[in-house]
Amino acid sequence: MAALLEIAGLEVRFGPVRAVDGVSLEVAPGPFGLGLVGESGSGKTTIGRAVLRLVPAAAGQIRFDGADVAGLRGRGLREYRRSVQIVFQDPDNTLDPRMRIGAAIAEALAAHDVVPRRLAGERVRELLSETGLDPGFASRYPHQLSGGQRQRVAIARALSVQPRLLVLDEPTSALDVRAQARILELIGRLRAERRLAYLLITHNLAVVSELCEQTAVLYLGRLAESGPTAELLAAPAHPYTSALRSAVPEVTASARGTRIVLHGEPPDATRPPSGCVFHPRCPIAIGRCRTEVPALRAVAPGRQAACHRAEEVLAGAPMPTRLGTAIVPGETGATDAGP
Amino acid sequence: MSLDIAGLNVRFGARTVVDVDTLSVADAEIVGLAGESGSGKSMTTLAVLGLANTVGATVTGSIKLDGRELIGLPDKVLATVRGSQIAAIFQSPSMAFNPVFRVGHVAVRALRQHGLTSSEAAERMAQAMREVLLSPDLLHRYPSQLSGGQLQRVAIALAVALHAEVLLADEPTSALDVTVQAEVLELIRELRDRDGMSVLFISHDLAVVAELCDRVAVMQAGSIVEQGPVDQIMSAPRHPYTADLLRSVPSIARQG
Repeated sequence: MAALLEIAGLEVRFGPVRAVDGVSLEVAPGPFGLGLVGESGSGKTTIGRAVLRLVPAAAGQIRFDGADVAGLRGRGLREYRRSVQIVFQDPDNTLDPRMRIGAAIAEALAAHDVVPRRLAGERVRELLSETGLDPGFASRYPHQLSGGQRQRVAIARALSVQPRLLVLDEPTSALDVRAQARILELIGRLRAERRLAYLLITHNLAVVSELCEQTAVLYLGRLAESGPTAELLAAPAHPYTSALRSAVPEVTASARGTRIVLHGEPPDATRPPSGCVFHPRCPIAIGRCRTEVPALRAVAPGRQAACHRAEEVLAGAPMPTRLGTAIVPGETGATDAGP
Repeated sequence: MSLDIAGLNVRFGARTVVDVDTLSVADAEIVGLAGESGSGKSMTTLAVLGLANTVGATVTGSIKLDGRELIGLPDKVLATVRGSQIAAIFQSPSMAFNPVFRVGHVAVRALRQHGLTSSEAAERMAQAMREVLLSPDLLHRYPSQLSGGQLQRVAIALAVALHAEVLLADEPTSALDVTVQAEVLELIRELRDRDGMSVLFISHDLAVVAELCDRVAVMQAGSIVEQGPVDQIMSAPRHPYTADLLRSVPSIARQG
């Protein structure tokens, strides 16, 4: 089936920083989820923003339904802006504190002429119940709702214009686990009912495990690994994926594998390390990793990884759980690459 | 040093927000206080720090530190208890550091409040930075020049430099990436193992509590509904609220 969204060789730069450096991804028509996973500064949010044309691509292409998104103008662009919606980590960035919930959703309906004005109130109530909220919330202000409820409103507002693709940027990171579980449940239900396709951006691999067919792991703006979620979690092909996976806290002791603690921070994006960008933190780096950039290559059917030792990792090679040197002055810079 | 809470009641006017029968942290023990937003976890922290009155709450009951009653102590005495005996770290470490000063300046000023000279304070803070595996060079930076994980470690280093024996950790990893969270949890465990620090660890995430804590108390609507050894509570929760919290934890293992 032809992809709904196709990202090819995407590059996004902020001054000297390559926040996204040659990333290619595909999202199939819904119901379909693609997980984008990585730490702060990995470029995952920037990719989401580039898809919405909120930041310009320096190189590469983003195609939606076969059309180059950068070339859209006029009616085509308006249609695209309706078809692709975003839900941010903090719903307070979406909701005007002085605007009642109902008015906030109706504004989106009006902007895209989705329903005649006289039917807007009815549609708002439908959307609120669809996202599991009391329709009476339409007359409330954002501060009268909990964080989880506000995030539902943000989702309702995004859904109001009947999008075909959602970008969900850490939609549950600001919520406690109970509210998070309910929002993830809601996404799962909407996905089936509305046949939604989405990019789910998160730093927690456990979040993508239930909701995404495919997962892409990003490190310092590059793809470390991508593939079917279940396979990638069962047997990572990149040591960074192994570390991310082992960092997920588990309730039962038996579920906990050996923790691979990555010491230090992702490197300064203005001065990326030579060779493989992950090598200074990699528990299994060898000489070659310091000099030679690993190409992203097929390592199993449907799976790609950018690691010289991907085959060994895939085969379950043991990894040291600690790195020797933790204090490296000069390599501990602040690292947020995004704006 | 042990912390013993008994009959603690925190209220705003007629509305009770915390009503805890007993909650104890033994010497060198890590106790988790778990519950969702609004359950009263953070108000409990503020009460232990003697700061609940600053947000307009009334506190009654008993909070003992190694047998010494804290409730009713004059503010001046409490100010010396805070920092030198009890230290606290919060979800957002940036709130602990004034953005216009270098982090080392803020830390040294706090240490001087507890009677150290500037040079003693600087030396002790540099040593504490090494203990939390950070370069002392970072003390010359501004808060905005450090990542969230680094800033949280500097906050912990300050507690180490103060020789605090009880650490109140209020959602210290909730704003961090899972990888950085793993590092900070490891650090807290080390402080307990090496220095015998007692820790009250507050979190909404039972998986984090399960990994770090010896015992856990589950809080709902201001009261503790269940407490006991972590393994026991996680494998056989008796209260439905605990079971609900456990089910909410996203897990990779459960998928299989």
